[in-house]
Amino acid sequence: MSGFLTTEAPQPTSRAHEAPFLVVDSLSVRFPTHDGLVKAVSDLSYAVHRGETLGIVGESGSGKSVSSMAVLGLHDAKTTRLEGSIKVGGQEVIGADEDTLRRLRGREVAMVFQDPLTALHPFYSIGRQIIEAYRIHHDVSKSEARKRAIEMLDRVGIPQARSRVDDFPHQFSGGMRQRAMIAMSLVNDPKLLIADEPTTALDVTVQAQILDLLQDLQREFNSAIIIITHDLGVIAEMADEVLVMYAGRAVEKGRTKELLTHPEMPYTWGLLSSVPDVAADTSEKLIPIPGNPPSLLNPPSGCPFHPRCQHKDKVPGDLCYTTLPALEPGRRGPNHLKRCHISNPDAVYEVDVLPEMGEDSAGHAIREGMAVPDMDGTTR
Amino acid sequence: MTQTEPSASQQPASTAVRDSAPIIEVVNLKKWFPVKSSGVLRRTVSHVQAVDGVSFTVPKGGSLGLVGESGCGKSTTGRLLTRLYDVTEGQINFEGKDLAKLSNKEMLPLRSEIQMIFQDPYSSLNPRHTVGTIVGTPLQVHNVVPKNKVLDRVRELLEVVGLNPEHYNRYPNEFSGGQRQRIGIARALALQPKLLVADEPVSALDVSIQAQVVNLLKDVQREFGIAFLFIAHDLAVVRHFCPEVAVMYLGKIVEIADRDTLYNHPHMPYTQALLSAVPDVKQAAVGGRRQRIMLEGDVPSPINPPSGCRFRTRCWRAQEICANQEPPLLQIGPRHKVACHFAGEIDDPSPVPVTLDVLGCDERGNRLPGREPHPELSAPGFLPTYNDLETHRRRSAAIDVSMAGTSTTAVRHTEGGKSGK
Repeated sequence: MSGFLTTEAPQPTSRAHEAPFLVVDSLSVRFPTHDGLVKAVSDLSYAVHRGETLGIVGESGSGKSVSSMAVLGLHDAKTTRLEGSIKVGGQEVIGADEDTLRRLRGREVAMVFQDPLTALHPFYSIGRQIIEAYRIHHDVSKSEARKRAIEMLDRVGIPQARSRVDDFPHQFSGGMRQRAMIAMSLVNDPKLLIADEPTTALDVTVQAQILDLLQDLQREFNSAIIIITHDLGVIAEMADEVLVMYAGRAVEKGRTKELLTHPEMPYTWGLLSSVPDVAADTSEKLIPIPGNPPSLLNPPSGCPFHPRCQHKDKVPGDLCYTTLPALEPGRRGPNHLKRCHISNPDAVYEVDVLPEMGEDSAGHAIREGMAVPDMDGTTR
Repeated sequence: MTQTEPSASQQPASTAVRDSAPIIEVVNLKKWFPVKSSGVLRRTVSHVQAVDGVSFTVPKGGSLGLVGESGCGKSTTGRLLTRLYDVTEGQINFEGKDLAKLSNKEMLPLRSEIQMIFQDPYSSLNPRHTVGTIVGTPLQVHNVVPKNKVLDRVRELLEVVGLNPEHYNRYPNEFSGGQRQRIGIARALALQPKLLVADEPVSALDVSIQAQVVNLLKDVQREFGIAFLFIAHDLAVVRHFCPEVAVMYLGKIVEIADRDTLYNHPHMPYTQALLSAVPDVKQAAVGGRRQRIMLEGDVPSPINPPSGCRFRTRCWRAQEICANQEPPLLQIGPRHKVACHFAGEIDDPSPVPVTLDVLGCDERGNRLPGREPHPELSAPGFLPTYNDLETHRRRSAAIDVSMAGTSTTAVRHTEGGKSGK
């Protein structure tokens, strides 16, 4: 990686002819606890094609991590109630035996965790951990695996990979650890990479490096990526498709550009307006979403967002309190799904939400990126 | 270098808050942590130069933002101000006293004036104490209200921060993250401080809750006239909260300016890289990634920082002088100081080092005989006179022409050069 990386997302080509690599169909995850049944994920469906990126956004406890851990079969079968279907490359994950799952993990599906310091074993060298991951799925000698590990570390941008391969995790900086994690997860050329808050623990400059790396690698290996984050900025720059989760359910789903420019669900509006923008008017107050996320032990009746929703008066009767809205297309075409009773979300967004955010109804006047001229020798 | 009297038009329009006397003035503050050798003697072998000579002021009732990456020393600076750490060198002038030199006993009456809000609302509240005890303890320690009035005051404070005053008997674990942060804020407000050091007050909270807490802090500031040192790594939050922002890198302030200048016309390469790295929601309408400056490698170790400019190992503008001379924090605008030899907007760096006159050295950074660095370079705050980059540029362009061939840098004209962000 050198100089300026002017990257563009892969073009959203029509992939209708190709079967999606991952299909999650009406997935429910429930954990029985002393206090009752925690409904961590309810009726979640999505699909990811190879070469595409799905972004999952939501607050902590909205079920984003739980659902993606289910894809890897990481939940304890004895204490978790899983329903629905998860198909990875045609292979059903739910109910699969441990041997099948083991062949899947790391080889077909790999995961990058949020905190690389706790995800890496402090007692083994980075190289040894990558070699182990490689040799589990490939019948190769240690020296061959070591060569492969060095190659991967080099590929993710670790300087002097040949000598750093024997370093321990604590000898790496945060960004390098995350790179090492990515090297480890990519060593088997997985077809699906799940990145669970891959950059949350990192500084913005390092975050930019890691996100670039992920995109480069995606182009190279044509893998599918699921990126889980609470940062809409990351989603906007990385994802082809977005899934917004709230209280264990998908509440909005669509192509990134479409969803972030014409959001149709009050929770998404709230997320967009509560984050200060680096270019927004500073005299404006931030508009927070009132209240707190609901308990999943006892989710609210009707629409799970109704206790915090500021637009429920726009729905006739007490529909919001009694009936769970279906996840269905709104007025903006069949690919933009939302779970909301409001019948004219576009108008509400333009009239009520955008002015509050300090934008006019033309709204999406896009700030131009920093004019970055060609400058050679940036890498020095 | 030219010292320019700014014309009236250059003065910022609203100067009401900014020009009030500073509540706290930090001069050349240093904190070096010793690194001990292993073995019995545990001799000090080197130092982590966590904070290495920072100077700034916080205006009365105003707020200064402190941004930078992890490990740049911003939290250490905050903890020095509250004297949770002892100062290695430098001054902290607060109400006529130098906090850096006070003993713990002398510090005691002043502790109520400077309070702190911590990052992690889970570990900063004692889980075995009720909210009433947590918020009431500072009141009792400092004896500000009679014992039988403590509870009333606690309820009042809980109400101020938007919690139910009847919940004083609950324990922290019964509250959510955002509510806990409110408890921390109530505790900090209990003594009616004049300065609040907020160390990453919202970064541990969910996005939808962050806005609630930021708004609360703004209300508190307006209502009680408290000055804030707002430490955060989230550039957007800092911009929202602070009219003035300082950027730190490896223990030093590299750029300090009013919000509009810093975010729209940064003159230091590191600030530019930091700003361009922030992912932007609005990018969704364009698609793909924003064009950005990629910094190579990692922040160098503060145990053995690079010579000269600390950013030079990752800087695309770096030249010989950057390794030889540390750039001073030079004032280049009415409210704008920058530490860069080649200060300038992103596509328009200064062709000739702007710091030669004040440092008394030549273009390669060698000290000229008989010249001493300007003594007032590390003074905090802003002066009415400053070094004007345009004038400097015109002058050096003139010199360049007369010494054609001897200069290493190309002459660049400045018209239409301001096409940055």
